[in-house]
Amino acid sequence: MVTDLRAAVAAVVDPEIRVVTIDDLGILRAVDEDPATGRVVVTITPTYTGCPAMDVIRADIRRALAAVGRPDADVRTVYSPAWSTDWISDAGRAKLAAAGIAPPSPARADNVVPLTLAVRCPRCGSPETEQVSRFGSTACKALWRCRSCREPFDHLKAL
Amino acid sequence: MIGPFDFALALGDDALVAAQRLAEWTTRAPEMEEDIALANIALDQLGAARLLLSYAGELEGAGRDEDALAFLRDDREFRNCLLVELPNGDFAVTMAKLLFLAAYQLPLYTALAGCADERLAAIGAKARKESAYHLDHASTWVRRLGDGTEESHRRMQAAVDQVWPYVHELFAPDPAAPVDPATLRADFDARVAAVLDEATLTRPESGWAPAGGRDGVHTEHLSFLLAEMQVLHRAHPGARW
Repeated sequence: MVTDLRAAVAAVVDPEIRVVTIDDLGILRAVDEDPATGRVVVTITPTYTGCPAMDVIRADIRRALAAVGRPDADVRTVYSPAWSTDWISDAGRAKLAAAGIAPPSPARADNVVPLTLAVRCPRCGSPETEQVSRFGSTACKALWRCRSCREPFDHLKAL
Repeated sequence: MIGPFDFALALGDDALVAAQRLAEWTTRAPEMEEDIALANIALDQLGAARLLLSYAGELEGAGRDEDALAFLRDDREFRNCLLVELPNGDFAVTMAKLLFLAAYQLPLYTALAGCADERLAAIGAKARKESAYHLDHASTWVRRLGDGTEESHRRMQAAVDQVWPYVHELFAPDPAAPVDPATLRADFDARVAAVLDEATLTRPESGWAPAGGRDGVHTEHLSFLLAEMQVLHRAHPGARW
């Protein structure tokens, strides 16, 4: 039963990067049933503290559960442990790359800003790329361009 | 500053006022990428402010939520440092302010991540990753402007000189706080010195050290900032988008 509920929630797509689900991104932490009340309890965590997509994600989770007959879901937000790009699944990385968004390199454990090794162009595969701006169209992305094929592309920042 | 409520409130106010100031650059930044960067940093600060003020409201236990604390307090009730309320000035002043704020928030949030209060620890662990990006961004610009043209060097040095007196307030000792700000000074000084050296800039002599923000005694700039930030909520209580 909980497996079915989890599948319903896991299929919710990220409202800002619509090629990946919240499960792919590691935003979805748990789907449980409260043994006392029988309510579905969904636990999520934001990528960035100020991520403006969180309200939409909560609403989409409630809608997905209502569609499978559970309209009374309790969606909880946790901040610890802090989200890391290392939680993005391999399937998620492949979907990002296929959509022209370079997936993040592994995050470093210490608090130093991660130095990017080689970000490959998601269009032509060239490692000859450069950062245009550390901040991009959403809180979690940076803007890059490829020096080989000259195309600009988004890169999910390692965090 | 005594107790977790005042501590969470002060940090939340720092982040909230910094967010409001940075957001003033939106549509006015020197280039498109920078416009987006400053808006993103403002959003990070706002995210931290919401978590800290929500928690402060819970600690106080008087029924005030994040909105009540952000929009229904007057200037004398704000506990933010003076640094964040100073006007943006030119782009160099904004980058000097951001460099000093990030060089303070990064070790602060890092220390908070290991403190005994679980909620503050979770907020610190989350926010420090974002602060690292802010510090990196400000450092890049300070180096570029300081070690740039004669004119950019002159304006970056002027900005550092102008803002420097306001950093001392950040490290006023408070042994009772979850993290004593005085313990962060060495880390701050080391980070800032490294950036200023690379930027061929001179660290000003420390002398005048204005303070009072943590006690609610602010510059007049905060009142104007709050008037703009709070007017909608006060004119239309409970309004939603």
